[in-house]
Amino acid sequence: MFEINAAGVYYRDLNRQIRDAIAAGQKEIRVRNVNGQYYIGDGLRGNATIIIEGVPGNDMAAFMDGTTLIVKANAQDNISNTMNSGKVVIHGNAGDVLGYGMRGGKLHILGDVGYRVGIHMKGMKRQAPTIVVGGTAGDFFGEYMAGGVLILLGLNRKPGIPIVGDYLGTGMHGGAIYIRGDVDKNICGAEVGIMDPDAEDEKVLKESLTEFCKDLDLKLEDIMKEKFRKLVPVSLRPYGNLYAY
Amino acid sequence: MFKNLAPPEYLATIDQVKCIRCKRCIQNCGWGVYSWGGDKVLINTSKCVKCLRCYHYCPEEAIQIVDNPTRFKQNAYWGYNNIRNIKRQAETGGIPLTGMGSDLPYTILFDNLLIDACQVTNPSIDPLREPMELRTYLGKKPSSVDVEKGKDGKLKLKTKMPPQIKIDLPVIFSPMSYGSISLNAQKVLAMAAKECGILMNTGEGGLHEDLLPYKDNIIVQVASGRFGVNPDYLNAGVAVEIKIGQGAKPGIGGHLPGEKIPLEVARARMIPVGTDALSPAPQHDIYSIEDLRQLIYAIKEATNYKPVSVKIAAVHNVAAIASGIVRAGADIVYLDGFRGGTGAAPSIIRDHLGIPIEYAIAAVDDRLRQEGIRNEASIVAAGGIRSSADAAKAIALGADSVAIATAALITMGCTTCGKCYTGNCSWGITTQRPELTARLDPEVYAERLINLIHAWEHELKEILGALGINAIESLRGNRERLRGVGLDAQTLDILGVKPAGR
Repeated sequence: MFEINAAGVYYRDLNRQIRDAIAAGQKEIRVRNVNGQYYIGDGLRGNATIIIEGVPGNDMAAFMDGTTLIVKANAQDNISNTMNSGKVVIHGNAGDVLGYGMRGGKLHILGDVGYRVGIHMKGMKRQAPTIVVGGTAGDFFGEYMAGGVLILLGLNRKPGIPIVGDYLGTGMHGGAIYIRGDVDKNICGAEVGIMDPDAEDEKVLKESLTEFCKDLDLKLEDIMKEKFRKLVPVSLRPYGNLYAY
Repeated sequence: MFKNLAPPEYLATIDQVKCIRCKRCIQNCGWGVYSWGGDKVLINTSKCVKCLRCYHYCPEEAIQIVDNPTRFKQNAYWGYNNIRNIKRQAETGGIPLTGMGSDLPYTILFDNLLIDACQVTNPSIDPLREPMELRTYLGKKPSSVDVEKGKDGKLKLKTKMPPQIKIDLPVIFSPMSYGSISLNAQKVLAMAAKECGILMNTGEGGLHEDLLPYKDNIIVQVASGRFGVNPDYLNAGVAVEIKIGQGAKPGIGGHLPGEKIPLEVARARMIPVGTDALSPAPQHDIYSIEDLRQLIYAIKEATNYKPVSVKIAAVHNVAAIASGIVRAGADIVYLDGFRGGTGAAPSIIRDHLGIPIEYAIAAVDDRLRQEGIRNEASIVAAGGIRSSADAAKAIALGADSVAIATAALITMGCTTCGKCYTGNCSWGITTQRPELTARLDPEVYAERLINLIHAWEHELKEILGALGINAIESLRGNRERLRGVGLDAQTLDILGVKPAGR
């Protein structure tokens, strides 16, 4: 495995080192002593795997296309911004605005996430993104969602802590959100309908969660013990009546 | 029965004696004004928008579109639009939409500015027989340059130049997305940009593969909907533009109506067919200048440091915002003024928010100079540039280049009817209906747009010649060569322009 020591290295130099290593054909890269460097994996292509030790900075995996990033700690904001394909696995919590405009690939987070996660995700047939959050999420989860899959598990919650904040799925007009446990209609955007998953949904859930469990060393049976609820848009045109023509 | 209490704006009329029943009008009207009644053409004039497609294609000149003499009672305070919009809102409870730039009679500063010319004491230049330089480079310029002697004894540049975008004249095309306009209209822009050595801009709707041959003349845009953005897209053009705002609708996002989202557009944007394409008002990863810097550098990291443009609407505090944008690392600041066009905007927003581009150029240029960072970014000014004279005045006020959209669409047949949001454009420009878009033959109309750009090029050279200067860069920010007519002292002060006669 190719190793890079990120201690004290400026983000631009660190990311150049990573790009150079991939250009040189390295398939597995370990980046040690990461401490807040921005843009790791930004715009990277190809099927290399990068293991990140330490806490990476904002905008990790932005525009990424095919690479796998595994973070052994917490991560910060804006991960997988407009990511096209590939995978990000985070063995901890992560911050706000994750997967903004995400177009494909997978984002697996073991712990909790902040506000506006999975907003404006897109999808077209088989090209569709998936985000799985093991813990809880903040407000505006899945806002303006236009495609793809968001799964929220709420594992290891302390009593009284809600699984998700308010304005869930506001402006949603495509894709699907799966929440483990029941969902209060009052926290959802007006554009969202709540239903039980059907057989097709169960297939999607099982497939996504099997991979999630494998990545983060969890047991699928434990997760599947509780029922899921599915959130879908009630209208393709949530604002169709807003205007006078 | 209470529908349409506003009388139709226009009366479509057919001279039944001249009409040869060829039905071309029925075929050409995208609005459904005409239908066949068995022995003659029937007219539903309430649908007419006066785009004049039928008039142009009537072989007998039998069609006339006249302003409806039946109007609301003349009232100097309650204008036609005020009354009509209230009636529409009473019917629908909705927000009236509109297209194009604002047509309200606010003062047009361009029309109150005049350009200097040489007489006797300083020679003018004849651009037909002497070299005249319009070439412009967009991008960061170093604050100073170092040179060193090479091994061959010749001087060479030691300073590393930031990336520059070369344009043959300082008139480029404003962003218009695939979705808001047809692919054929985008092709017209791309072909003309390539031929004229200038730029077109994808807007926020992805880059269709048919435009790839023109990529060296394309700026790709990243906006709040992030439509069509992937690493290939970011790296395809000569620069990437982050769109924060638009002059026609500052502070609000975009809803491309579902009527304009057929499969091809849906695929480019990766959203379901027939949904409204939502571009949120803010970009939720940008709440501050620091956040903007983060996205600018995320894009630079992903593109091996291509130039990044940041487009904002001209608003009250535009100078301070532009300063922040430059400090955030942008290579180009794109200012879009109050008169800027749109494919769809609430008319209440279009007609009442923002400031005209003339003020914004002067304020931003002043501020960047005062702060000593004017060289750090180029200024592209847009929002109502109607002629090469407007362009010259904008450049004299401080812009590096202007951008045009409406003027380019007019070469494709647009008559500024302002109904772009309906998706029925009979000229095939702001529509996705295949029978309408097929009318816009890219090669034919590219020729017309190329003609326009060449004509403006000649005119700009004539203006420079009259000014006695032989390079556009001598006009940039040269407000001494402008004079104001009928402007008050404070406006002149803001523009940095003397009154005519001084």
